[in-house]
Amino acid sequence: MSNSAAVKISAKDVKVFYGENEALHGISMDVYENEVISFIGPSGCGKSTFLRCMNRMNDTIEHCRVTGSITLDGRDIHDPSLDVVQLRAQVGMVFQKPNPFPKSIYENIAYGPKLHGLAERKADLDDIVESSLRRAGLWNEVKDRLDQPGTGLSGGQQQRLCIARSIAVSPEVILMDEPCSALDPIATSIIEELIDELKQNFTIVIVTHNMQQAARVSDRTAFFHLGNLIEIGNTNDLFTNPQQKRTEDYITGRYG
Amino acid sequence: MTILAENPIKTVVHPSQVQQKVIASLNRRHRKEAWFRRTGLLAVLISLSLVALLFINIFSKGLPAFWQSAITLEIYFDPQIIKIPAKPEQAADESDNDFRQRYLDWQTQVGFVNFNRLITDSLQKILPDASKHRRDLGRIVTSGERFALRDMVIADPSIIGQTRSLHLLTDANIDVWLKGNIDRSLPDAQQQLSPKMREWIDKLSAEGVIQNRFSLALFMNPDSRSSLASAGLAGAFMGSFYMMLVVILLAVPMGVAAAIYLEEFAPRNKLTDLVEVNINNLAAVPSIVFGLLGASVLIGWFNLPMSAPIVGGLVLSLMTLPTVIIATRSTLKAIPPSIRQAALGLGASKMQAIFHHVLPLAIPGILTGAILGVAQALGETAPLLLIGMKSFVASIPASPFEQASALPVQIYLWQGNELRNFFEARTSAAIIVLLLMMISLNGLAIWLRKKYEKRW
Repeated sequence: MSNSAAVKISAKDVKVFYGENEALHGISMDVYENEVISFIGPSGCGKSTFLRCMNRMNDTIEHCRVTGSITLDGRDIHDPSLDVVQLRAQVGMVFQKPNPFPKSIYENIAYGPKLHGLAERKADLDDIVESSLRRAGLWNEVKDRLDQPGTGLSGGQQQRLCIARSIAVSPEVILMDEPCSALDPIATSIIEELIDELKQNFTIVIVTHNMQQAARVSDRTAFFHLGNLIEIGNTNDLFTNPQQKRTEDYITGRYG
Repeated sequence: MTILAENPIKTVVHPSQVQQKVIASLNRRHRKEAWFRRTGLLAVLISLSLVALLFINIFSKGLPAFWQSAITLEIYFDPQIIKIPAKPEQAADESDNDFRQRYLDWQTQVGFVNFNRLITDSLQKILPDASKHRRDLGRIVTSGERFALRDMVIADPSIIGQTRSLHLLTDANIDVWLKGNIDRSLPDAQQQLSPKMREWIDKLSAEGVIQNRFSLALFMNPDSRSSLASAGLAGAFMGSFYMMLVVILLAVPMGVAAAIYLEEFAPRNKLTDLVEVNINNLAAVPSIVFGLLGASVLIGWFNLPMSAPIVGGLVLSLMTLPTVIIATRSTLKAIPPSIRQAALGLGASKMQAIFHHVLPLAIPGILTGAILGVAQALGETAPLLLIGMKSFVASIPASPFEQASALPVQIYLWQGNELRNFFEARTSAAIIVLLLMMISLNGLAIWLRKKYEKRW
């Protein structure tokens, strides 16, 4: 992905405080439209925290404070006139552990569209459910048991269900917080293929512990360490020719 | 390699002895574990046998009270004795009020009839030597039954002149005598029944005229002190029922709403901390204090009626509130945060996330907490004593604002009744009824939990 692409999300000097403790020390970066960008770094480096800033999920954590500015398509996401619900409809999220609702597969997908009034008729809703499941590569596996509980699927299927659920509301950006960390290698490779497919329509920000995964799926990679953004660049460049000593140490396995 | 070289392992135990040491320590562990298991099993057995003892005791005492001696008599509704005018009919030009007045006057007249005569006349036919012992004769059937005859006449005056075969409850002392709850060898001076009476009863019992019959009185009648054999639980039951209604309508929704607000919406600050601490304190307040509160605030300030289920219900609601709040909050806490995050991540508002996803999952826990709270309230006695519900009430309350007793209070009143050998069984029967209500409430809780429980 070339740097001439349109900027989708732009962060300027973003700091996050948990109570008195400053967890992120002023992060600035741009996320471009229709790219896959991955955040890597050791545990506790702030990559997930930064990810959660992008759809204001940090709002739900007590004593958590975010300063600096983040814009989505040029608009400040902390603008009081922007309802956080609207933001989250635009910026979807997939979590570390698959978290389907303990309802039927159909209801899992249909919940978001119903919430935002995206389907007027039942037939429209059926279409959304089917197309979302198809795009998540799950349709053939579940089409005969849409009324079964989503929690009855395997871990990998559950995570694809969660991805289908988030794309059902047609977001522009999908945030993925270590989406494969609870999955086995086969399920992981399916999700990685899926990410590759999805980037045609969505901007994807993925946090991962797994450097190979970052190298496989992302166009650009950002390396975080101790609440700082150390280096950001094209994935190939970053892994083959890191500019910073710390990046090099991390990707060569000196620490982690 | 260098790390190992710099930090040599100090060998305290020689490697050849390690296995021996492990085995020795393993034996110690096994002994401790076995001891712990045996103690636990013993504790369970002791508590189980105590519960069994309690149940055996209550059931063996209480079950016989569900059957009570009744005498079968051919009652002739003698027109010579029942001299009353015809039952009034509402005339076309008569106002409702006038008619009601006339009807009440007629009822009063019926009330003046000596219905006891119908009973003694009937008894005389089967007891040839009765005329010499008229005093005893009037004491065989319990005094409350004459009103049953009166009510039959009021309901249908055409019965006058007819003969009906009726099962009438005998006096409480006869029940005691026939059930063997009094020593038959006691001298006359210590017997409640005269020698003649005992002779009659044994004869009638042998003939099958007096039989042990299932006691509807226990369930249909309110308490009674004039006609002990007809004392029943209906008044106390309805009192308890109305109180439960008040508790369910007040404490459960209020408690659940308060818990949802405190757990999900309220900001965490000094004030909410204080509220939280005080809710826990409230749960620890002795129940009798709630009774005092009810007496001084509800009855003293708000002038609500004494002894009324509405006041009892309000007091019990207050008492149940912390239980419901604490149970609901802990249920809400136990719902995995991932479910909320999933909903929020899709763009649900906080309230939607809670009402669409968290609450449905919390329902079994909330219901269980609420029902256990209600069951606790059902068995509570102390606060009711202070708001006048321990007074003797001989009517079945028609609304929560009328005077009533409550099941646990009725148990307390009956166990103190002076006719011990009749009311001991009656008390145990009341305990059985209360226990059955508790068990069915708990069963309901389990059933609801199973019904709404969802797999993750």
